[in-house]
Amino acid sequence: MHTDRSRKYLNPYIGGVLLGLVLLAANFVSGRGLGASGAVKSAVVSGMEVVAPSHVAATEYYQNYNASHPGGLFKNWLVWEMIGVLVGGLISGAIAGRLKFKVEHNPKITSKTRVLFAVLGGIFFGFGSQLGRGCTSGSALSGMAVLSVGGFVSMAFIFGTAFALAYFARKLWL
Amino acid sequence: MGPLIVYEQISSQTNLLLALVIGVGFGFVLESSGFSSSRKLAGMFYGYDTTVLKVFFTAAITAMLGLLFFSLFGWIDLSLVYVNPTYLWSAIVGGAVMGAGFIMGGFCPGTAFCAVSIGKLDALAFIGGLVIGILIFTEGYPLWENLYKSSYLGEPTMNSLIGISRGVFGLLLILAAFGMFFVGEWAEKKFPRDEY
Repeated sequence: MHTDRSRKYLNPYIGGVLLGLVLLAANFVSGRGLGASGAVKSAVVSGMEVVAPSHVAATEYYQNYNASHPGGLFKNWLVWEMIGVLVGGLISGAIAGRLKFKVEHNPKITSKTRVLFAVLGGIFFGFGSQLGRGCTSGSALSGMAVLSVGGFVSMAFIFGTAFALAYFARKLWL
Repeated sequence: MGPLIVYEQISSQTNLLLALVIGVGFGFVLESSGFSSSRKLAGMFYGYDTTVLKVFFTAAITAMLGLLFFSLFGWIDLSLVYVNPTYLWSAIVGGAVMGAGFIMGGFCPGTAFCAVSIGKLDALAFIGGLVIGILIFTEGYPLWENLYKSSYLGEPTMNSLIGISRGVFGLLLILAAFGMFFVGEWAEKKFPRDEY
């Protein structure tokens, strides 16, 4: 149970308190919680402007997005926050000796299967985060902290569906 | 008095700088807690590792309680803090689609970025998937616009919905979280796994 590897991780309750304080700081500074999918979306819209500028100019959805997010990628709070996440994760991984390029997977499946399902899972999560107006960070966690009904609904359906489908995905993880 | 940006106590440049600092804290805590491992995250759904449950709910009640205290001390004006709007059906369907993505991919967007920062290539694949999924949404937007905008309920909070005070709801949430922590500790003993 208590291998050397698992001891290196922070106690989950202490980790939770620290994460809660980070979320509190975000609310205190910016009046909003944390987020992740919003940063990817900002990058996607900026990328589309480079790849297909005339398409973006002709599409109402992108025009509305740009009107509500003036200044583009590098004026976006969540983009800077996610750059910070990459730095913070790197620092923690370096201290704990966990920096390594690898495809982590259950030894019973191939790394090809793992990557395939990671892409598929990403597609679902990316789409769902747009429909649900935020992911686990922005909608569920940040929403719960401000007692938003929508945040609680997101949390219940993200975790509830994952639990409900866990049996069908058991070969990926067990 | 907070929120600092709303009260114009900091410039928008400083706000972005603080976003970076807060992000570093976010990434550091996620990685230290083991959220850079998809097998640890997925363990939640099989009971062999309930770290996600413990970290997630401890964070939610800590931030909720912190906001309540800050408000009592007069440090923050809660009426100016963003409350996520509730669009019932898009939250339900979006949440269910995200849940399916979670069990297939083993990450959520924030944890995937955390994992890619220490070199997890499966997390990079997941982020590639996120880009595709978001593009499908933005490109096909007219197809799901009705669902996206349906059943708008405003910005209700849980306590107002039930008709109790913020503090009483907060207390109930803390008790519920403690109940779940008990279940989590029990599940880890019942479904032990240590070879990953």
